[in-house]
Amino acid sequence: MVELAHDSRPIIGRGPPLTAYFLTLAAMSIGLMVADQRYHQIDQVRAWLSAVVHPVQRAVDFPFRATDWVTGSFADRGRLRQEKLELTARLRLANLQLQRFAALEEENRRLRDMRANTAGVAEKALVASILNVDLDPFRHRVLLDKGAVDGVFRGQAVLDGEGIFGQITKVNAATSEVILISDAEHAIPVQSNRSGVRTIAVGTGDINKLSLPFVTVESDLQPGDLLISTGLGGVFPPGYPVAQVTRIKRAGSMFATVDARPTAGLDRAREVLLVWFTAPPASEPAAAASPPEASAPGSAGSATPAATQSTPPPAPPESGGE
Amino acid sequence: MRQQSMFARRLLYWLSMAAGLVLAIIPLPAWLDPVRPDLALLAMIYFILTSPRIAGLGYAWLSGLFLDVLRGMVLGQHALGFLLVGYVTHKLQLQMRMFPILQQAAIVLLLLALYHFVIFWIDGLTGHGYTAWGRWLPVFSGALLWPLVVALGDSLTRRSA
Repeated sequence: MVELAHDSRPIIGRGPPLTAYFLTLAAMSIGLMVADQRYHQIDQVRAWLSAVVHPVQRAVDFPFRATDWVTGSFADRGRLRQEKLELTARLRLANLQLQRFAALEEENRRLRDMRANTAGVAEKALVASILNVDLDPFRHRVLLDKGAVDGVFRGQAVLDGEGIFGQITKVNAATSEVILISDAEHAIPVQSNRSGVRTIAVGTGDINKLSLPFVTVESDLQPGDLLISTGLGGVFPPGYPVAQVTRIKRAGSMFATVDARPTAGLDRAREVLLVWFTAPPASEPAAAASPPEASAPGSAGSATPAATQSTPPPAPPESGGE
Repeated sequence: MRQQSMFARRLLYWLSMAAGLVLAIIPLPAWLDPVRPDLALLAMIYFILTSPRIAGLGYAWLSGLFLDVLRGMVLGQHALGFLLVGYVTHKLQLQMRMFPILQQAAIVLLLLALYHFVIFWIDGLTGHGYTAWGRWLPVFSGALLWPLVVALGDSLTRRSA
């Protein structure tokens, strides 16, 4: 039973009147929201506050990290052996592919030299680990342990070992927030690796699914096609895997329903790569579908670049016109 | 004597706020995540009922603000929700303290619904509106947990008093 503790005294006549206090604080909340949402005036305030709550995040993250460390340190011999065998096998395979890759890279460099375009290749990368912190069950955001002091900037592309992971939406001093490509507010320009069809992959809020809403029924896409980043918009480096087409339904007269599954381990990755690259000059002939500034997240107008990214094509993108 | 026990009590409030915030962001299995109860809010309601002089609206507002920062929401969103619930609880405290626990839980259900409505509404205004019905689950899980929160709070305050 809730009981009044001994310290209760009449509310009236002590301190500011309750309702006035309430109205003041409510006005402050609304002021904060407007300042944060419309004008981005208070990033500094947010940075201070996040410095205050940073210990809480570390405290939540710590036991998980410690468990990892303990299980890692006291792993038994059999498992280590097993792991070593697997890794050796994978290394051999990777080396094999690397031999071919060296030749391809050389060829690629020559071709790019011919086009006087060496931009768009990731030049510098920084490994960041994902903090074991839940943000919101209905938004796909994660927190990284690298922030402004490490040179992270808003709109930076985030990759993992298997593909494009997301981009940075908020930068604090020691942490930064990533929006995953599967978030319902995210969109990324992609291209089919097989047929070269360009379109936009939009997050659905389902971690295993992206949707391609602007694909016409006659465009050349098949289940199994690998979608790679085009680099249009300058946020993501071109040529990295994004998703694999899983399902196409060509009902209706205009647009097909296309689903794809992200190749990056959005719900599995523990460590990701922050990449720096020089954006390719926006001289691509078909850049009309996604003007470069549309995906520059610097503005981040309404929360994320995605909102602006997915809106531009009132006319369907060029996908059908190949 | 009284001063010191006031201090102990204040400390308890801030510690339980920190605990509530930790529980708000601690990773849960995916099926449990949407049901996560708002323990920071429940603790706030409890403290406003038991000691309205110490746990005031400022406390409520700050808890909400910290939650905004932790979750990366628009600043002021949870702060406004916490503040509104805190204000209504302050207004209702005399009645609520008399209610049997089940009736209290029912009021808490309404308070949580109010809170989530505010959050939902601001989400909509800022362009993040998710209309999945699952977002209302914490209202019910929180109301179900209310008797537990009261039992835990009573045992804690009695020991520290």
